[in-house]
Amino acid sequence: MGTWHEYLKAKGTPPEWPYPIKFGEESEIEVDVLVLGGGIAGCWAAISAARNGATVALFEKGDVRRSGAGGPGCDHWCNVPANPLSRVDPDDWAIQEMEALGPYSNGLGFQIQCREDWDTLLEMEQMGGKIRDDDDEYIGVEGRDDETKLMVSPRYGVKAGYSPHDDWKKPGFNPPEKRNNVVLRIWGSTFKPILKKECQRLGVKVFDRTMATSLLNENGKPGGRIVGATGVNVRTGEFIVAKAKAVILSMGGAGYLWHLDMEHGGHSTMYSRNESSDTTALAWRAGAKVTMQERSMLSRIASGLKHKWYTGGADASYENVPLVDAENKKLPAPTQGWEDGGAMFSNQAHIITEIREGIKNGTYKLPFFGDFASMKPEESNATWNMMLAEESTTRVMVQTMNENGFDIHRDQVMNYTFIEFQPSQQFREAARGGGLITDWNLMTSVDGLYAAGTSLFSPGDHSFAASTGRYAGRKAAAYVKSVEDAEICRNQVEKEKERVIAPTKRDSGIDWKELHNGLARVMQYFVSEYKNETMFNLALEEIARIEENAVPRLFALDPHKLMRSLEDLNMIEHAKIIIHAMKERKFSNTTLGIERLDYPENDEEEAKNYLVLCQKDGEIQYERVPIRYWGNMKEQYEAHNKDYTGVYKPEN
Amino acid sequence: MADKVYALPNVQSPSTPVIFNPEKCIGCNTCVEVCQIDVYIPNPEKGKPPIILHPEECWYCGCCVTDCPTPGAIKFNYPLPLKPRWRNKETGEVMQVK
Repeated sequence: MGTWHEYLKAKGTPPEWPYPIKFGEESEIEVDVLVLGGGIAGCWAAISAARNGATVALFEKGDVRRSGAGGPGCDHWCNVPANPLSRVDPDDWAIQEMEALGPYSNGLGFQIQCREDWDTLLEMEQMGGKIRDDDDEYIGVEGRDDETKLMVSPRYGVKAGYSPHDDWKKPGFNPPEKRNNVVLRIWGSTFKPILKKECQRLGVKVFDRTMATSLLNENGKPGGRIVGATGVNVRTGEFIVAKAKAVILSMGGAGYLWHLDMEHGGHSTMYSRNESSDTTALAWRAGAKVTMQERSMLSRIASGLKHKWYTGGADASYENVPLVDAENKKLPAPTQGWEDGGAMFSNQAHIITEIREGIKNGTYKLPFFGDFASMKPEESNATWNMMLAEESTTRVMVQTMNENGFDIHRDQVMNYTFIEFQPSQQFREAARGGGLITDWNLMTSVDGLYAAGTSLFSPGDHSFAASTGRYAGRKAAAYVKSVEDAEICRNQVEKEKERVIAPTKRDSGIDWKELHNGLARVMQYFVSEYKNETMFNLALEEIARIEENAVPRLFALDPHKLMRSLEDLNMIEHAKIIIHAMKERKFSNTTLGIERLDYPENDEEEAKNYLVLCQKDGEIQYERVPIRYWGNMKEQYEAHNKDYTGVYKPEN
Repeated sequence: MADKVYALPNVQSPSTPVIFNPEKCIGCNTCVEVCQIDVYIPNPEKGKPPIILHPEECWYCGCCVTDCPTPGAIKFNYPLPLKPRWRNKETGEVMQVK
């Protein structure tokens, strides 16, 4: 009961669109700070800007209550070196984390995270989020501190990053008194509804079901100061024009540019279904500089071919769960647990090779299992009922398996990692690490335009999104006090309105799914494993044909399909940026995921730079910015945050 | 009316990310509001379970189930290729979500 065809059979007619249709209608708002994207980063940005005295509006494609990749929940607050149990210095840890994640990581973002995400977490608790085992459910679990009731995770126990420490198999490795205590387990499923309530309490104008469609520049000229943005309601089709002195981009990344089939297993990425290149496309059209666009990698954790998130058991972060073969022989892989200092195996080629060879020569018998039954009861309880039940899409997996009779103390979860370990080269993450390049205020190259969370280049996790969102909101609120009012260019608005509404004026042609699949096919065929100039040019030619022949025929029968259609257009924009960036990098570099047939060698000098690009007067401009461009992280952070007042003090 | 056979396009697949229990669902539409991708629309008949309009866009986040205020009104339903499996360590019996 509940499907569309059941309704049709019962009633003899399809349901009417349940919301008023307002194609062509327009409304206007005016605020100091406009936040685009209401996930974790966007909510924190809106809250922070409002707490710092700005009037704020927030556009969100879904409903802020549960939207974004972090909407369902979050199990770890990573990199929280300022927590009272930590044994590392926040400034030192930011450097360690930056180094562990390689030359193109975002040190600026890590510095903000390491300095401020404990404050951010305390503010979460202040609002009612659960960050401690106040109910004493997990007494006796390793890592639980009985005084503070904080729950330390084994992650990053001896070093930053997920690769195993050299000594991880030695006895006495990783004793409790030497652990970093830098990651906390938290009850993240409680967070998002609370963030929405706080937005509302602070008077943030929350526009749920509103997709941002464009940024507005002063005088309508790309690259000019930001004076607002436009959006469209994805239920009614109403167009909205927002005037604002500052805009914060927090619409995430690009989830499925290479994913041909979004149904069944096809859309199993670790990103929200709604992440569709919106940030990159909007920023690009407004003249902002982006970087790391050339980087693409095989899809992680859940790929186009794999199961949704962790239902494979131990293939990702099943903390402390040993992986065993069909005869209960333990596989030679770390478990991201206490015994191995929180290391993971999924990025360890030699471990993967050893196991795969073992399958073929009979050392390890398939299928494999995550052996919950072998764990201490209190540890399996914490992993299953706290960690997995608090993390994103695994919460409902825990509930569903429990209802179907799964018993953590008796059973083992089947694991498919080594049956389907890697997706094919044709299932890739778009511009992995790609995003906006910013200064120490998280302002982009365009005045008044800020970025936070996954909209930043080389972003981190949930607490990275929260702390950079909170930081960007604070900085934007300060900025708007220093700038004069500016007028919106009506001509720019009219052109955008015409672009947005165009697909609704047609009843047939190309629907959004066909357009998406056509684009994904281009990426799979010409921008995947085999890269060279010829293939890139073919891809650009094909996209030009799509723009010439298919886009003018794009049709949307209702506001939802209009949203998906506009997402496709953003993905087309993003695809072109990615291909141009790949073309510009005439070398091969495994860290960037670039292996070019025509330039098989690395270029060490070129590799020392970010490739930064933007659009100016219709031409693409390329720039090399040295990696680690942010300077001394501790000094720069302190120089830019002399007025930081720490944890919010709510008025009574 | 119910016996009439309509000429319909193929059913969207997977078609049923959740199963509503019409006996328990009060039609409060909390699931309609929390779903970040509008899988559901409200039923034109007030008090009835929502209509699953965009099942194939579901990303199985489960928020509709998590936030439902009426126990048993909405049941999660992994599509066939995604149903988790597990094994009883003692008996070796392999089981799967139904």
